[in-house]
Amino acid sequence: MLTLLFDGIAYGMLLFVLAVGLAVTLGLMNFINLAHGAFAMAGGYITVLLMNRLGVPFLATLPLAFLGTALIGALLEPLLYRRLYGKPHLDQVLFSIGLVFMAVTGVDFIIGSTQQNITLPAWLQGRFDISWIGIGKYRLFIIVVCAALAIGLQWMLSNTRFGSQLRASVDDPRVAGGLGLNVNRIFLLTFAVGSGLAGLGGALGAEILGLDPSFPLKFMIYFLIVVSVGGTTTLTGPLLAALLLGIADVAGKYYVPKLGAFIVYTLMIVILLLRPQGLFARAGGGK
Amino acid sequence: MSAVAQALRAHARWRWWELATFAALVLSWLLLPGQSLLLNEIAILALFAVSLDLILGYSGIVSLGHAAFFGIGSYAAALFAKLVMPDPWVGMVVAIAVAALLGALCSVLILRGSDLTRLMVTLGVASILYELANKLDWLTGGADGLPGVVMGPLRTPFGAFEFDLGGRTAYAYTLFVLILCVLLARRLVHSPFGTSLQALRDNRLRAASIGLSVNARLVVVYTVAAAIAGAAGGLLAQTTGFASLDVFEFHRSAEVMLVLVIGGTGYLYGGIFGAIVFKLLHDLVSAWTPQYWNFWLGLFLVILVLVGREKLTRPWTWFGAKR
Amino acid sequence: MTNSKRFLLKAALGSVIAGHAVLSLAQSGPIKIGLILPMTGQSASTGRQIDAAVKLWMAQNGNKIAGRTVEVILKDDGAVPDATKRIAQELIVNDKVAVIAGFGITPTALATAPLATQSKTPLVVMAAATSSITEASPYIVRTSFTLPQATVAIADWAAKNKIKKAVTLVADYGPGFDAEKFFDSQFRLNGGQILDKLRTPLKAPDFAPVLQRVIDTKPDALFVFLPSGQGAAFMKQFAERGLDKSGVKLIATGDVTDDDQLADIGDVALGIVNSHHYSAAHPSATNKKFVDAFQAANKGMRPNFMAVGGYDGMRVIYKALEATKGAGGEALLNAMKGQIFESPRGPVLIDGQTRDIVQDIYIRKVERVPAMGNGLYNVEFDVIKAVKDPGKAK
Repeated sequence: MLTLLFDGIAYGMLLFVLAVGLAVTLGLMNFINLAHGAFAMAGGYITVLLMNRLGVPFLATLPLAFLGTALIGALLEPLLYRRLYGKPHLDQVLFSIGLVFMAVTGVDFIIGSTQQNITLPAWLQGRFDISWIGIGKYRLFIIVVCAALAIGLQWMLSNTRFGSQLRASVDDPRVAGGLGLNVNRIFLLTFAVGSGLAGLGGALGAEILGLDPSFPLKFMIYFLIVVSVGGTTTLTGPLLAALLLGIADVAGKYYVPKLGAFIVYTLMIVILLLRPQGLFARAGGGK
Repeated sequence: MSAVAQALRAHARWRWWELATFAALVLSWLLLPGQSLLLNEIAILALFAVSLDLILGYSGIVSLGHAAFFGIGSYAAALFAKLVMPDPWVGMVVAIAVAALLGALCSVLILRGSDLTRLMVTLGVASILYELANKLDWLTGGADGLPGVVMGPLRTPFGAFEFDLGGRTAYAYTLFVLILCVLLARRLVHSPFGTSLQALRDNRLRAASIGLSVNARLVVVYTVAAAIAGAAGGLLAQTTGFASLDVFEFHRSAEVMLVLVIGGTGYLYGGIFGAIVFKLLHDLVSAWTPQYWNFWLGLFLVILVLVGREKLTRPWTWFGAKR
Repeated sequence: MTNSKRFLLKAALGSVIAGHAVLSLAQSGPIKIGLILPMTGQSASTGRQIDAAVKLWMAQNGNKIAGRTVEVILKDDGAVPDATKRIAQELIVNDKVAVIAGFGITPTALATAPLATQSKTPLVVMAAATSSITEASPYIVRTSFTLPQATVAIADWAAKNKIKKAVTLVADYGPGFDAEKFFDSQFRLNGGQILDKLRTPLKAPDFAPVLQRVIDTKPDALFVFLPSGQGAAFMKQFAERGLDKSGVKLIATGDVTDDDQLADIGDVALGIVNSHHYSAAHPSATNKKFVDAFQAANKGMRPNFMAVGGYDGMRVIYKALEATKGAGGEALLNAMKGQIFESPRGPVLIDGQTRDIVQDIYIRKVERVPAMGNGLYNVEFDVIKAVKDPGKAK
């Protein structure tokens, strides 16, 4: 069923954009940031509020969602996160869970707990029906945007100075610092961009995944699956893992609806059992 | 006796505050009959947290799915009481056995990989169990829950006591199981086995290099922790007369971790103190602001971690005195 | 030691029950009503609506019955059943409430049922909707609705309105299974054919695969049951796939077009035919008064079926307390049975045998109502009168 494949790919690409920031943060700063979903939620709400309260057109809200969330990330990183880099993972888990609780209840308090709905511009609604595939316009849009982002990120990593500095810092922050790289600045920028991407993902996903204050808690496990299966040392790893997750989820629910949710969890456990460092991890730079 | 053996012996001696804690627990049953229900809930949570301490505090395994064992113990006890026999003691043994079995099976999953891997795997197992319980609704009642778990009387050397409306029998029963498990756990952690666990928590590579079999130890401690968590779950089902899907939910796993952290990891009693503080705080704050309790909890956690966890249980370090 | 300890315990137990019995016969001191609602967590909107409705009732009807003050003790259970049970136990034993009410979701009511029986305290269910609840204890009275009531109504309507082949889509949990079962049996009873029975997971649902199956099966209608937060996402995706234009009629129970959410869902909801026991647009004077007063007291928040369950629950409790002059126990329960009155939803009866609610079920369509600020409302166009709960009606 090609339509299903298409839907699964769209879902997977969205998950990739949402989770890529988490993968990089984990790989770079060795920080388990369970609050990543809260940044995604922030981006979603920025879009919703801009569209519904200020009438800003949908496309314009996307870069604003990215920038707004990146800004929040850039503020929180030196203030809070930086103090916890060396700490044990348990502390990081607790800290980020605490942040999530605050974000979730804060949003509930300020905006309320109902589902947020946006109305897409007309050119993004509906679908193309091409022989046997139905291509939803919005899903096509998501695939295009996310693919562009993925290509852009990969290009940046391999072809720019910043990219190579980033890769060096991921491999070994101490040596990188010793060679004169400003590791703090790299962390800050990376965290900001990663959070911004999550925000963009939240904005794009508001239409398909829904948006309410419990968003971070509902989807956290999916982001974590992408990161743990995809590994944190490459960009293509999480991309492939996200696509795999998206397609498996959608196909599983269509062909074997009785097993629905089990498929994803079982698949993850099996993969992690066989390859604990993730499916696509590179050797070296290990933790 | 060598100096090392003497030091270890000293470490395992009974401290005054341990005995005081037990005394306080027993006294609470005698002196606060009206609060038995709340105290029962605190004691069950405390037992659950103590079981997590074995794997988190003593062995360094970060688990976000410990509720899997709590939940399976709960359903095992409930189903046993409904379908086989309503005796609480036998049901408790069944709950412990089932949870231990699951623990042994799952222990294989946590042996390899990084902290993140373990987090994911434990989370995945709890999620799968939740879905299973939801699907098998002909057995578990699914989302509606499993009501009608009527327990028979509690047989003791002092006579048979029915589970009363005020919860006093329930609390006494729970206290008994809690104290027994803590004593057993204490024996475990102060044994050579327990010391080796701490060694592998602090530096797994080093422990392996001096010949400790890391995997075998992890399997054992994970199974024991699962068994105790199962006991806590069984207590919940038996004293409330009900089992529901909620026992597998993520918030249970997260909550028990918070409780343990608040009380302090690695000295076994953190679970008890943490449960008391957490539940009392929850009751107080919820009465004042029922909807936004989670916000204050989150803020507390953030500050706690930033300031440093160990400081919570060592008030003398609060004002910067360096030792 | 053995015998005296046993004696002590029995004495303690006995005095607790006796004390409770004595106090429920007392003629002074406030009458307490325990209200246990999910004010936090996923079902928080239920708690919010019922709390507002209870406060409205008390503002309109005062807080004195038979010369005593009525006090409502509100507690949050977060929809966690063992918390509900503990809170109920404390309310009964420590606060000596005359009645416990609320119960946002089914497991919380089922967990508390044995307490109601053991302590002879009437339990009023204002929200939960599974048939079996009223059978869990002879002290349970319901003022909300049962899902089978609404499901059977829409199945009937569908069969009589040129819909021959249907596909059902429900959320993968207890109430969903109930809805599927009753729609299936009623629809087939009327000669219809069920082509497929689909389920979606309760958490993080993605409707793409199930909607694909609907497209493949090509039924006349798609019957949907989803908990109230998911309706919007579903309807959008339904429209996104062009299903609304492909001739597949979307029918549902009113949970999907919940008044609480309907205004935000937008135009995708237009035209959906659904069945439920209450619409904020119900054209009766009683309802208009209720809605106006509710909105005035709650910053324009629209009341939904949960609110009306709470409002009517208070009515049942008050009238019963007046009849027993503040006494509780079995007398209070008997005064609740058989009450028949005009609720904002329409005429209502509390069945004396089953203690469940017998009410009219309306077939409605979502439309824009110019007279009500051009908002989206469920506009009733047909009614099935005095529906007993089919889950029990044999």
